[in-house]
Amino acid sequence: MSEQAVLFDIPGPKAERRNTVIGIMGALVIVGLLGVIVYGLRDQLTPAMWAPFLSADTWRYYVYPGVFMTLQAAIVSVVLASLLGLILGMGRLSHNKVIGWASAIFVEFFRSVPVLMMMLFAFYVFMFTFRLPGGLLPIVGVVVGLTLYNSCVMAELIRSGVHSLPKGQREAGLAIGLSPSQTLRSVLLPQAVTAMLPSLVSQLVVILKDTALGYLITYPDLVRAMQNLSAVKGNLVTSFLVAAVIFILMNYSLTSLARWLERKLAGRRSGPAAVALTDLAIDPDPDEDMYADSELYADPAEYTRGKRPLH
Amino acid sequence: MLDIIREYDVIGAFWITIQLTLYAAVGSLLIGTIVAILRVSPVKIFSWAGVAYVNIVRNTPLTLLVFFMFFCLYQLLGWHISPLSARSSTHAFQWGVVGLSFYHASFVAEALRSGINTVPVGQAEAARAIGLGFGQSLRDVILPQAFRGAIAPLGNTMIALTKNTTVVSTIGVAEASYAMKNAIEFSPNVLYVIFFIMALGFVILTLPMGVLFTHFSRKLAVQR
Repeated sequence: MSEQAVLFDIPGPKAERRNTVIGIMGALVIVGLLGVIVYGLRDQLTPAMWAPFLSADTWRYYVYPGVFMTLQAAIVSVVLASLLGLILGMGRLSHNKVIGWASAIFVEFFRSVPVLMMMLFAFYVFMFTFRLPGGLLPIVGVVVGLTLYNSCVMAELIRSGVHSLPKGQREAGLAIGLSPSQTLRSVLLPQAVTAMLPSLVSQLVVILKDTALGYLITYPDLVRAMQNLSAVKGNLVTSFLVAAVIFILMNYSLTSLARWLERKLAGRRSGPAAVALTDLAIDPDPDEDMYADSELYADPAEYTRGKRPLH
Repeated sequence: MLDIIREYDVIGAFWITIQLTLYAAVGSLLIGTIVAILRVSPVKIFSWAGVAYVNIVRNTPLTLLVFFMFFCLYQLLGWHISPLSARSSTHAFQWGVVGLSFYHASFVAEALRSGINTVPVGQAEAARAIGLGFGQSLRDVILPQAFRGAIAPLGNTMIALTKNTTVVSTIGVAEASYAMKNAIEFSPNVLYVIFFIMALGFVILTLPMGVLFTHFSRKLAVQR
């Protein structure tokens, strides 16, 4: 529903005028609040504080390496998490009770534990048990933590994706003589994975943001790089602002890509599954939505049976 | 196991985690509701402000937001909630709650928006037809149903919030992950036991929450 058009009448000239007045007053309040902060931080926002960002060295030694490290951890994690997630997802869908239970316990456990704790744990395990050289510890900690958590998220995505496929797909697979696992591999998974592509991209946003947690185990990601820069130049506020803008640009473009993919796939597929699954993935947020396993979001088919309107 | 729990005050650390969660849950619900109302309001500038808030905050790492609050607003600007004479851990805790509230408010706003989307168009049309204005129809017709329809995503946000409280250990709040780091550094030989205890703590906190929210999302869902 385009709620904008439904929640209120189309404003007439009088309401239009009133809205403009309220709007201007509201804008003044918002600008005023921001102004108080900017005024308070005025010593930190002088041209001298922005000057480091005009020199190529700042970008070469701080910004680019930070962005590179953040992207590196995110990409390695997303690849590993996808692989592990596929295995776990298939495990949960398996007819073998032992495999099913083992995967379920693994997924439920690691989904409930904060990513930061898993990073810390991995960091210390590789330090004390595997005696890894110190230089490798931060990246290993970040990647292991992110992979463990996000593979569980992806396993859940795959499970709910397969569950939301029309029943006939599975029945048809079995009817032409494929075994249950063959049906899963050649009929159900390809459809589920295609439909979950947008959510996979949205998950990258979560992973990108979570690389910043590596700060605590001294991973030199963008946030730490910018803090190092501010330690040298004394421009904490502008460094944070630049880091924020870079994160927002990266994540916003990823979110847009996910939306585009979603629309593209929704057009290509006629089945109800694509709609229900992508709905699950984009709205309200991929990170939080992961808890919406099939029970939480009720039956995705409800959307299509008309119980819940699909705006 | 009991020795470890006693020695490193695991219960105390989790009590801080619970407090952070509860305060930030209330804060984010308040801010998030305001943002959601802004987003659907007829005044264009307000809906832009709502969209901008969600897009900016959701795409910024929580770590960065908490740092900004703590270093810029508290340390540079000297803004404080408790008197300045209060212990520094109190200030860190309070700014941690503020950072968590503002961050999760964007997810609450999105959850509420999806809740508003579950309300059939006819409800809003009926409200307008009997002459209710924007504020009235939102307060008396749309939002009560939207909250009930948004319980599942709100529950997910609350669970994520519980886990995200660990992030404020970066500004020195002695919550669960802080205690874990501390414990591991002092007794690395029982590393696995410590992780297991701490992870179990979070499982105990979040699993019932998930069950409860699922239950209520079904029980309170508006029958259509």
